[in-house]
Amino acid sequence: MLSHELSANQIKEKIVKREITAQEVVEDLFEWINLMEPLIKAYLYLDKDGALLKAKEIDKKLSNGDKVGLLAGIPVAFKDNICTAGMKTTCGSKILENFIPPYDAFVVKRIKEEDAIIIGKTNLDEFAMGSSNENSAFHITRNPWNTDCIPGGSGGGAAAAVTADMAFMALGSDTGGSVRQPSAFCGNVGCKPTYGRVSRYGLVAFASSLDQIGSVTKDVSDAALLLQVVSGHDGFDSTSATVGVPDYISDIDSVDGNLRIGVPKEFFGEGLNPEVGSAVMDALEIYKRNGAELVDLSLPHCGYAVATYYIIATAEASSNLARYDGVRYGHRSQLSEDNIIDMYSRVRAEGFGSEVKRRILFGNYVLSAGFYEAYYLKASKVRNLIKNDFEDAFKKVDCIISPTCPTPAFRIGEKITDPLQMYLSDIYTIPANLVGIPGISVPCGFTNTGLPIGMQILGKHFDEEKILKVAKLFENETDFHLKKPELN
Amino acid sequence: MKYEVVMGLETHAELDTKSKLFCGCSTKFGSEPNTQTCPICLGLPGVLPVMNKKAFEHSLKAALALHCEISKFTNFDRKSYYYPDLPKNYQTSQNYFNIGNNGYVDIVVKGKEKRIDIHNVHLEEEAGKLVHPETTGANYSLVDFNRAGVPLLEVVTQPDMRSVDEVESYMQTLRNILLYIGVSDCKMQEGSLRFEVSISLREKGSNILGNRVEIKNLNSMKAVLKVIAYEISRQGSLLDKGEDVLMETRLWDDVDSVSRRMRSKEEAHDYRYFPEPDLVPVWIDQGWIDETQATIPELPVDRHRRFVNEYTISDYDAGVLTEDKPLADYFEECVKMSQDSPKELSNWIINDVLRELNERKTNVQDFAISPEMLVELIKIKPTIGSSIAKDVFIEMINTGKTATSIVKEKDLTQMDDVSELDDVVTKVIEENSKAAEDYRLGKKSALAFLIGQTMKITKGKANPKILTEIFKERLSADPK
Ligand SMILES: [Zn+2]
Repeated sequence: MLSHELSANQIKEKIVKREITAQEVVEDLFEWINLMEPLIKAYLYLDKDGALLKAKEIDKKLSNGDKVGLLAGIPVAFKDNICTAGMKTTCGSKILENFIPPYDAFVVKRIKEEDAIIIGKTNLDEFAMGSSNENSAFHITRNPWNTDCIPGGSGGGAAAAVTADMAFMALGSDTGGSVRQPSAFCGNVGCKPTYGRVSRYGLVAFASSLDQIGSVTKDVSDAALLLQVVSGHDGFDSTSATVGVPDYISDIDSVDGNLRIGVPKEFFGEGLNPEVGSAVMDALEIYKRNGAELVDLSLPHCGYAVATYYIIATAEASSNLARYDGVRYGHRSQLSEDNIIDMYSRVRAEGFGSEVKRRILFGNYVLSAGFYEAYYLKASKVRNLIKNDFEDAFKKVDCIISPTCPTPAFRIGEKITDPLQMYLSDIYTIPANLVGIPGISVPCGFTNTGLPIGMQILGKHFDEEKILKVAKLFENETDFHLKKPELN
Repeated sequence: MKYEVVMGLETHAELDTKSKLFCGCSTKFGSEPNTQTCPICLGLPGVLPVMNKKAFEHSLKAALALHCEISKFTNFDRKSYYYPDLPKNYQTSQNYFNIGNNGYVDIVVKGKEKRIDIHNVHLEEEAGKLVHPETTGANYSLVDFNRAGVPLLEVVTQPDMRSVDEVESYMQTLRNILLYIGVSDCKMQEGSLRFEVSISLREKGSNILGNRVEIKNLNSMKAVLKVIAYEISRQGSLLDKGEDVLMETRLWDDVDSVSRRMRSKEEAHDYRYFPEPDLVPVWIDQGWIDETQATIPELPVDRHRRFVNEYTISDYDAGVLTEDKPLADYFEECVKMSQDSPKELSNWIINDVLRELNERKTNVQDFAISPEMLVELIKIKPTIGSSIAKDVFIEMINTGKTATSIVKEKDLTQMDDVSELDDVVTKVIEENSKAAEDYRLGKKSALAFLIGQTMKITKGKANPKILTEIFKERLSADPK
């Protein structure tokens, strides 16, 4: 087996045991990337020199017998909306095309401290707004299982990179499903922790009350490893939780007895692709065989989740994206400017793509005088009702299982002209963001045409430990996570 | 005037904290442009705010001092508008859940108290500053973000003020309160204290409010008073002509002393307020309120009242003394140490201490004469006389020495000894027999001349009271 095909835990073990050097891992990886990248186009930026430098540093530490970090030698990619000091961070937007942050995001700092190797920045829908990666201002990333298909969004680049073995693990952001949905479409493990579990400091904001940093990995153990490193309180994020971080890694194979799994009827209704539905049903049978109790549930307000989400997310986005005005950094129009308003208009007209503009307009509309109560305030109330639904549900069950997405990956261009259809692609992932609970997508089957299907496991606030264990139980019983697309 | 003027004030005061509201940058005034900035206060992509607790405590203290109802639940909101001095193009402020609501300030105008209601007190962040190049025809402006993110307290009144005097008294009272409780240095020349005034006119006796005009950009109390006078006459003459006053925002031009339209009601900003998702709500419990309340000293108006009652000094004197907390503290320290009447101490402070502070452009905290030293001077005054006491006072400022040591060094003690004085008087009468004769014949003014001559000989040390008695006795008696 080639080194890039191994999981993060596996490669780390080999490096630490000095069966292979970190330098060799990086060299092999970049060779593979050179081969694959023209086909997949997962990356916006690659830093081979930086990666090699860091690899050598880790090899030296190991040869000196020095202590190394939890992620020693593991090549990691970042979605390009996470700030990396000295390395371009574009958010997939023209407006930040040449922006180089002067600081590292909290998660970047953490993984550097644990001796991971940063290899580059992955593609995304502009400012993480999209479900297909087609909204990237630079190029479209392709699904490694079928290059005519989208990899999902907004973190399609990260998911495609991990699936195609072009990165061992990646960190992305999940505002309405941007980690879980592409992971489902690309057949890897995508985990969105509880809101507040991982600091958002340095994650370029899309919708502040929904954004959460999440992991894209080849298997559940890798997810546990990465989460272990990035979770925990950060004084630079006021919404970062002070709740203690348990050990995700050691006991991952031991699910406590009497597992009660909620099966919400609202997640298995109209619009669900039958192949996806039956794959998840089969998965539930596996849990049952392993002693789990399946509990039928209703989450009555989830029908309003997409509408609620698009009001809150766009409202926050319209304000978060106001700072891109060309005054201090970012794109500045080459056309002459008569006054400051003129300058703002040109910068933003030239710098933003159409989906971002649509959402800014929508967000400004729902916040404007006379509409605030009818839209934003009402959406906030519905959000609370949805929270109550989940609170009630979690009194009865340990976790909730559903399909991650209603369909498998769709074809490039299929939904780009129909925003509403595109938005519905996140119908099962959005509630977790509105409620703030953790969710993980794991591969649970394939369609007849060979596209991966994802199953979503949702847990209580700060109960990542449980959903990781439930996911691992399934992984132990199946081999979907080991399947690799045929590339070349 | 046939119109009644109705006014309300919004006051912005920069809070006195070491670091900014949402980042660790220094708030020091006057540094090189953009040297007190970081990714957070520059609004770089990905940064998040973390609230400075001290700024919040200052605001809570101010809200309590202004007798506000304190909100149990407070939150920040984003106020959206585009301007190059605003890094995020929204200001983190408070709109839906202010720290304090429904308070009041008592002011005194011409000896009469009036209550001005406070609508709300809230905390927000300061913007940066645009710097326009001095070269003519320059097609750019620069921005200095050193002030961006400095904590700013906003105090909004109800439209309760009816005269320029009331507005002036309100501004001074509010400033004193903020200085008294130590939350802002209120330095107007540094922009730490700024005002916005809303003015409308209505027929006297009418209950309906006229169209309101808001005037921004007022960096001094003088500018506020000027703009009020200007607006009263501008709006009055419009109304006289039967024209409408437009509801609008105007900008005060201090150079030309005119107000100019900034934007009409139709162009008014829609700030699109919504709760700031990057910050968590702040809950204020009774314990915190009590703790903060305990740190608030007696406020100027209350102290003023107490000074009049307790020390029986005049209303005017009490006003002057309490206008500046350190000065009032100085006075009270003197009172505590002294056996002399508070009236005497107040006279010295208001006439002599304040005069010297003004002339020397210093403040009472840095004054060379401590309360102890002043009390000592006043205590020994009967032994040296009023006029020498004044000289000693100046000498004390110049040298930093105590009154006693100066008097001792220069041998300034008054001559009180009757026999000693008698000898001098004998000598003066001999040398000025003409004047003595004049006095005997009833020319009263001759006495002053004789006393003056005596003072010359004694270098002013003769006790004037004893001296007068000796002269009267000697010159009324039959000549030998
Ligand atoms: Zn700063």
